[in-house]
Amino acid sequence: MEVCNCIEPQWPADELLMKYQYISDFFIAIAYFSIPLELIYFVKKSAVFPYRWVLVQFGAFIVLCGATHLINLWTFTTHSRTVALVMTTAKGLTAAVSCATALMLVHIIPDLLSVKTRELFLKNKAAELDREMGLIRTQEETGRHVRMLTHEIRSTLDRHTILKTTLVELGRTLALEECALWMPTRTGLELQLSYTLRQQHPVEYTVPIQLPVINQVFGTSRAVKISPNSPVARLRPVTGKYMLGEVVAVRVPLLHLSNFQINNWPELSTKRYALMVLMLPSDSARQWHVHELELVEVVADQVAVALSHAAILEESMRARDLLMEQNVALDLARREAETAIRARNDFLAVMNHEMRTPMHAIIALSSLLQETELTPEQRLMVETILKSSNLLATLMNDVLDLSRLEDGSLQLELGTFNLHTLFREILSLIKPIAVVKKLPITLNLAPDLPEFVVGDEKRLMQIILNIVGNAVKFSKQGSISVAALVTKSDTRAADFFVVPTGSHFYLRVKVKDSGAGINPQDIPKLFTKFAQTQSLATRSSGGSGLGLAISKRFVNLMEGNIWIESDGLGKGCTAIFDVKLGISEGSNESKQSGIPKVPAIPRHANFSGLKVLVMDENGVSRMVTKGLLVHLGCEVTTVSSNEECLRVVSQEHKVVFMDVCMPGVENYQIAIRIHEKFTKQRHQRPLLVALTGNTDKSTKEKCMSFGLDGVLLKPVSLDNMRDVLSDLLERRVLYEGM
Amino acid sequence: MNTIVAQLQRQFQGYIVSLYQQGYLDNQFTELRKLQDEGSPDFVAEVVSLFFDDCAKLINDMSTSLERPDHVDFKQVDSGVHQLKGSSSSVGARRVKSVCIAFKECCDVQNREGCLRCLQQVDYEYKMLKTKLQDLFNLEQQILQAGGTIPQVSMN
Repeated sequence: MEVCNCIEPQWPADELLMKYQYISDFFIAIAYFSIPLELIYFVKKSAVFPYRWVLVQFGAFIVLCGATHLINLWTFTTHSRTVALVMTTAKGLTAAVSCATALMLVHIIPDLLSVKTRELFLKNKAAELDREMGLIRTQEETGRHVRMLTHEIRSTLDRHTILKTTLVELGRTLALEECALWMPTRTGLELQLSYTLRQQHPVEYTVPIQLPVINQVFGTSRAVKISPNSPVARLRPVTGKYMLGEVVAVRVPLLHLSNFQINNWPELSTKRYALMVLMLPSDSARQWHVHELELVEVVADQVAVALSHAAILEESMRARDLLMEQNVALDLARREAETAIRARNDFLAVMNHEMRTPMHAIIALSSLLQETELTPEQRLMVETILKSSNLLATLMNDVLDLSRLEDGSLQLELGTFNLHTLFREILSLIKPIAVVKKLPITLNLAPDLPEFVVGDEKRLMQIILNIVGNAVKFSKQGSISVAALVTKSDTRAADFFVVPTGSHFYLRVKVKDSGAGINPQDIPKLFTKFAQTQSLATRSSGGSGLGLAISKRFVNLMEGNIWIESDGLGKGCTAIFDVKLGISEGSNESKQSGIPKVPAIPRHANFSGLKVLVMDENGVSRMVTKGLLVHLGCEVTTVSSNEECLRVVSQEHKVVFMDVCMPGVENYQIAIRIHEKFTKQRHQRPLLVALTGNTDKSTKEKCMSFGLDGVLLKPVSLDNMRDVLSDLLERRVLYEGM
Repeated sequence: MNTIVAQLQRQFQGYIVSLYQQGYLDNQFTELRKLQDEGSPDFVAEVVSLFFDDCAKLINDMSTSLERPDHVDFKQVDSGVHQLKGSSSSVGARRVKSVCIAFKECCDVQNREGCLRCLQQVDYEYKMLKTKLQDLFNLEQQILQAGGTIPQVSMN
């Protein structure tokens, strides 16, 4: 027997079984080798596998297992010792690695499991975040809707548009089924359905305002969920819908205009609210979300503001319309008043003339009659007639004066007069009556009272007569004193400063009587028209009550002041007035005209040295006119054209004679230009006289319209020229000489 | 001597009255004579000589304007007539003035023939007047030289 190192298998080789084992081992080996390869491949692919060391270990384990099985293939037949050795090594290594792996896995598998747990946790977290994101997005969209809604609402100032838009937009944003607005009625006791979203013409439907559900909604500024069955929510008949959508109601404050103060915001306890009711679609499982409720609240606020703006606008438009109406009415009233005034003035003017004429006739004839032989009764009758007609004439004058005074159309007629004489005259006028009533009158003129003054003599006399007359009239006994003085300063009226200027002074006249006196309360009424104090004593005396009113107005015209002081009934009274008068230089001043600026030039017989300018294009005429004037003694300058005339004319020339014979209007332009040249120094402008060959009225009118002072017909005779010149220089205007 | 002066004066008076009566002169001339005094002894003579010079010039201008039948400047003629009328009324040349009035009417209707006729007449009249006044002045000089004074003639 040969001894070989072959090892004999334990069991007899069964061919089939052996074959199957062989194949299985082979496949196991392949699988065992391919698994690590797959593992490596896929792990390489993924970046996150944390346990490479384990992988290596595992790989080693599997490889060795595979190797083992692979080597097993050789052990089915007789195999050499080497194979057996390799086999043993392989198995040994495998055992080692397996044990190591097994030990490692004890640590690793819990870790792996926890990874899974974390993964699950993160997934949950992600889902949660998604949800929240969805929520935020919704909120943001809601915010956008609010902004857009607000914009829509605030973009119009029309109340109806605002409300309609609100409902429409809300309905759209929140996908509502129905949206309604209830406004409080005028009485404030009911809410009336004013606007709805779906129904075009809402039925006029009211609910009383004191419902508990309404109170609940009005009690808070938040949107409140209410029952779909409450009266405010039942807008349409329920038709077969068994599940009404949720309903929310919110109050909309209606701000009154009167609540706005500049610096204070209005209190929200205005107690006037409208109700906005929003209904979700029925049969949907939708619920009101918090953000939707917030949206509704915000919108309600915005609507309130927009409505108040609209209300303000309406108010201001109304006020403006009212003002325009009032304006028109006022204008009409003014025009009517003007017409009335004009009519009255016309009437007065006519009546004045119409009344005065017969009046004068009566007075004149009565006076004449008085002069004839009359029996005593006749004389008495005539005297009465005269007295009555004088009274009537005075009354007419008074009325006319007063109306003219009120219009401001009365002008004072200034003149120089003797003040002392005036007082004495007045005294002599009053003395007869005073003597009859046994009232001594004393006159006291201050020593510094100027003698010759400038003022309206007639009216001053009227004033003094009126006051003194009143004093006499209302005094039964005692005495009357009249005092005139120059007043330097007036301590009575704070707003009336008496400043005597160089050529003016203020005359103060005090008339004191010891008569019935006047109740201090009646004093203000004294100066009103047609008013008389109603004491019995005075009822018998005549007068129309106009005297004091007229006197006051005259005094005011003379830039003065008049007032009455009295200590009470029965204690007499003092009437005092101040008027402004001018001081006149000498006592020989002749009566001056109303235009005080130009000093009167006495009539010249010769005009020696008078500088004149003659303008005539025609040489011959020029020479003749010059000759005329030279003969009269004037110093004559001649010019032959308009331009030359303008150049030469100066303030030394007192008269300019200009030939206006040439047809056309250019000649007259020179007059205008001379006027312009001398506009600043009006009184130094030379007199302008036209020399013309035309005799007609239109030439005269044309000359006047162009500002010429006179017209002369050519050729002028010497006498004519002489007369004309003196007239011209004296009166500064001449439209004779034709 | 006196008689010569008196005679001359009578002659002067008669002559000037005849001038007035024949319509050569009117009141304006009297006025002119009133203006003559020691200050301006030759006033009248100066004025009338100026007038005659003016006449000559104006007539010349107007005849030039009226020369060409197709191209008559009536405006110029009108202004010339106006001037002439003014001057003649200033000195009291009555006849000249009357012709000027007629002349103006022709000019207004732009009647060239009429204007030419009037122009001729004006020319004739002023020359006549010139001669007459020349005689008058000569008489005046004679009186002055004889030591007399020129009598004032008043026309009623």
